[in-house]
Amino acid sequence: MAITPAVLVGCKGALSIVDPAGPAADDIATLWWVMLVGSAMIFGLVMGLLVAAFVGKGGHAGSIRLWIAGLGIAFPMSVLAALLAYGLVVGERLLPHQDGAVVSVQAEARQWTWSFAYGDAPSHVTENVLHIPAGRPIDVAITSADVIHSFWVPRLAGKLDAIPGRVNTLRIQADLPGRYHGRSAEFSGDGYLGHEFLVVAHDPAGWERFLAKANK
Amino acid sequence: MNTLERHRKLEAIWSSAPGWRRWFTTVNHTDVGRMYLATSFFFFVVGGLLAMLIRAQLATPHSVFVGPEVYSQLFTMHGTIMMFLFAIPTFEGMAIYLLPKMLGTRDLAYPRLTAYGFWCYAFGGSILLVSLILGVAPNGGWFMYPPMTGPIYSPGINTDIWLLGITFVEISAIAAAVEITVSVLRYRAPGMSLDKMPIFAWYALVTALMILTGFPPLILGSVLLEAERAFLLPFFQAELGGDSLLWQHLFWLFGHPEVYIIFLPAAGVISTVLPVMARTTLLGYGWVVAAVVALAFLSFGLWVHHMFTTGIPHMGLAFFSAASTLVAVPTGVQIFAWIGTLWKGQPQLRLPMLYILGFFVTFVIGGLTGVMVAVVPFDWQAHDTAFVTAHLHYVLFGGFVFPILAGVYYWLPLFTGHRRFFRLGEIAFGLIFVGFHGTFLGMHWVGLLGQRRRIWTYDTDAGWTTINLISSVSGFLLAFGLAIVLLEVVLNFFVAARGRRNPWHANSLEWAMMTPPPAYNFASLPHVETREPLSDDPELSVRLARGQGYLGAPRNGRRETLTVDVARGTPDSLVIYPGNTSLPITMAAVTGVFFLSFLLKLYWLAPVALAGVAMLAWRWVWKPGQRHDRGKEDVGLGLKLPHAFEVERSPGWWGSLFLLVANAVFFGSLVFGYAFLFTVAPGWPPLQWLEPSLPELLGGMVGAAVAAGGMRLAIRRNRGGRSAWPGLAFSSTGTLAVLFVLCAILLRTPPPMEHAYNATLFVLGSYSAVHALLPLLMLAFLAARIHHGFVSPQRQAEFPIVTLWIDYMALTSILTLVVAHLPGFVA
Repeated sequence: MAITPAVLVGCKGALSIVDPAGPAADDIATLWWVMLVGSAMIFGLVMGLLVAAFVGKGGHAGSIRLWIAGLGIAFPMSVLAALLAYGLVVGERLLPHQDGAVVSVQAEARQWTWSFAYGDAPSHVTENVLHIPAGRPIDVAITSADVIHSFWVPRLAGKLDAIPGRVNTLRIQADLPGRYHGRSAEFSGDGYLGHEFLVVAHDPAGWERFLAKANK
Repeated sequence: MNTLERHRKLEAIWSSAPGWRRWFTTVNHTDVGRMYLATSFFFFVVGGLLAMLIRAQLATPHSVFVGPEVYSQLFTMHGTIMMFLFAIPTFEGMAIYLLPKMLGTRDLAYPRLTAYGFWCYAFGGSILLVSLILGVAPNGGWFMYPPMTGPIYSPGINTDIWLLGITFVEISAIAAAVEITVSVLRYRAPGMSLDKMPIFAWYALVTALMILTGFPPLILGSVLLEAERAFLLPFFQAELGGDSLLWQHLFWLFGHPEVYIIFLPAAGVISTVLPVMARTTLLGYGWVVAAVVALAFLSFGLWVHHMFTTGIPHMGLAFFSAASTLVAVPTGVQIFAWIGTLWKGQPQLRLPMLYILGFFVTFVIGGLTGVMVAVVPFDWQAHDTAFVTAHLHYVLFGGFVFPILAGVYYWLPLFTGHRRFFRLGEIAFGLIFVGFHGTFLGMHWVGLLGQRRRIWTYDTDAGWTTINLISSVSGFLLAFGLAIVLLEVVLNFFVAARGRRNPWHANSLEWAMMTPPPAYNFASLPHVETREPLSDDPELSVRLARGQGYLGAPRNGRRETLTVDVARGTPDSLVIYPGNTSLPITMAAVTGVFFLSFLLKLYWLAPVALAGVAMLAWRWVWKPGQRHDRGKEDVGLGLKLPHAFEVERSPGWWGSLFLLVANAVFFGSLVFGYAFLFTVAPGWPPLQWLEPSLPELLGGMVGAAVAAGGMRLAIRRNRGGRSAWPGLAFSSTGTLAVLFVLCAILLRTPPPMEHAYNATLFVLGSYSAVHALLPLLMLAFLAARIHHGFVSPQRQAEFPIVTLWIDYMALTSILTLVVAHLPGFVA
């Protein structure tokens, strides 16, 4: 995507969807820009037709074929079909497909903290900080101990709900080592605002060190 | 009789009681419509004030204006009030006020029900308002997700107020929906076939049918959640076989159609007003009707798009994503039909048109962002952020408030009989338009920058400060603009600048009467031949006032109107309406006692209140009735028609039919809930199934068949001039047998508190038991009517009504018995 740097500056932010730092968030950000441009064009078309009605002298024959069949039915049908296909492909790509190199972690939410457990370090639990290796796909198995919450790291991927009695799996990945902010994104009562966590993405050496320490 | 004499006589017959008693005893649709609208705009002001408090809190980072406890009440009540106490009642009030006038008749089908609905709305709304003042308002967000709203995590009264208050208010929605459906189908001017109806009536009909099918799932959800809170029946607790997702399905099964229930009436206003503003007729009337019907169907197939982040399999989501984007098609048909109409005519920028332009700009943006959030991967990011808040305000403000304001200015000359003296509406439009977009356009972006909805404050370094400040300042501009509109409407009532009749040169019938409208609407009823009765016959209003239509001769102090055949509009019966009465407000008050008994946990009071409602209902239906056969009567223009109580399908039958449609959706949702928990919930199967019993199952089925057959026998014997008693005896015996086996299920159900299966069985059994008690009451009523001489071979309209309820009882109880016994047999 060719986006001017000026726009990109406005996109920055620890929780910004439009400042992606992983493949999933990147796909979705691209989807957003495509939809924005398409929407702007459709909006322009509708407004143009509306203005023309007032500027012109009026009294045109009301053509059902043009207005209803053409603009009302055929036009949105074709745009939507294309968009749906695009959305479906992106959605499929973001799913947690079977993959040998996947790291699995568990996230359990409660009012108003998160605990994380690690497939590679079974006895280790971290509170409000999730450690992952950078550049590798991670499957987060999400559940809740009390009410409904939602696991969301905007710069890495979309969100997925933490529902009591169920386990939902979300695929995330960070391109580069760093710290990424996470939030719960389902209103959960008075402490909702502060229901946050941090994702720390390590380089390969750092991840080995974390696992070694965790497995001790 | 000259025009003035006729007017005086009709006024004497139709007017509401004088003085203060008027408001408590009126059943007139013009009065009740105005009461609805005044109340709903009062709630609009309250909801708006709450919005101002929200914007004041979010104007700057680290604001300590309110804390999270108050803030969650603010946003919950803002959403709740705007949806349930403003938008829906505004539609109801508008339809109640306008429909009979547009359809060329004198009132709606059930005047007392109109008033009862209003009082349920007013009392239920008051409960919510009082909670706000006392600081115990609902605080779980307007969609109230359990388990957060369950007994464990929300022990206070706040959630009960929402569940009970809103359910109370929804009685008014169901009442109005039945009323509107039957009125549009049967209470039109003679000759007005369905394809000659004013387009607004189509929108109102479809919206009413959507209320009948859309609201019951929420009412069921509220009943189940309240049962969990009050009696610990674990419908939504995962560890006891419940599932919190069941609530989300039930809620959004209502919640998404709700959006279209709000949008469609407003679109109806546009389809009515826009052609008049362009001095032409609507392009593609039939296509627009088809689009509206298509929207109604589609809107029930996309509730899951509110649940894209709940972990439903991706292919399932893809289906709902496709359905969600597909609704853009019938919406597009309407948008382009409107623009094509403008091209066809000569559009003029008069005040209502200005607000319609505001609608176009705002709603098109809202529709486009709606398509965006219907695309699953994007919704995974945007869900529960300020982007969604912005989107839904574009849809609801653009798709409802702008068109309604256009409608307010369009019909104001009809409401008040005055023309506008101060030109405030244009200034107000500027403020509202700039204020709205200033508030919500930037909110999309701040959502993409990660601002969640429902957070009560934020950090300086989040980068959201500027946009939030702009939102807040613009929000106050918007509020100021709306206040000016309100001021102008109020002024218009009091500034006596006499307006012309039909100032817009419209061609629908509401402009063919005096302004402000008299209680009886039309001195005589027109015979409608075309879709534009006023432009085809400019003298129509005068001729009607002179009594040169149907029912032009006031007689016997009776409030009279005609019903017509559904499709063709051929007149088929003469209706005599009930007069002013305080029965509706009394019954609404006793209904309120029932809800309060749950709210205040005075459970012993609930059956007392129910008995009170039953007694009042008995009086309600007893009152109309005749002891002598009337035969056909003259209705003017050389036509003679039978009375409504002497025809096969009386108004009461039609009303029961549509009430049972809503009831069936409620029952269907309950069975859906049972199947959902059965197949999807963790913690199933339960420890034990209900011990199946073939004798009970068969006994219930035979009882149901005997009950239904007995009514047929009663009808046949009555028609033949013989006694109906044997039929009624069979029917009562059959119903009693059904009640007996249902009680057996209730007694044998394992403890309802222990597992969601037991709880569901208990609710199913109770539902069916209530629906077996009801026909017993009706059979007793019918027996009393026969005993007192209200029934004859001709006056037999009450038999088909009771038959309808007994058939419903038979069907639902058989279904209940089958689903209750089946798992045990299979296991």
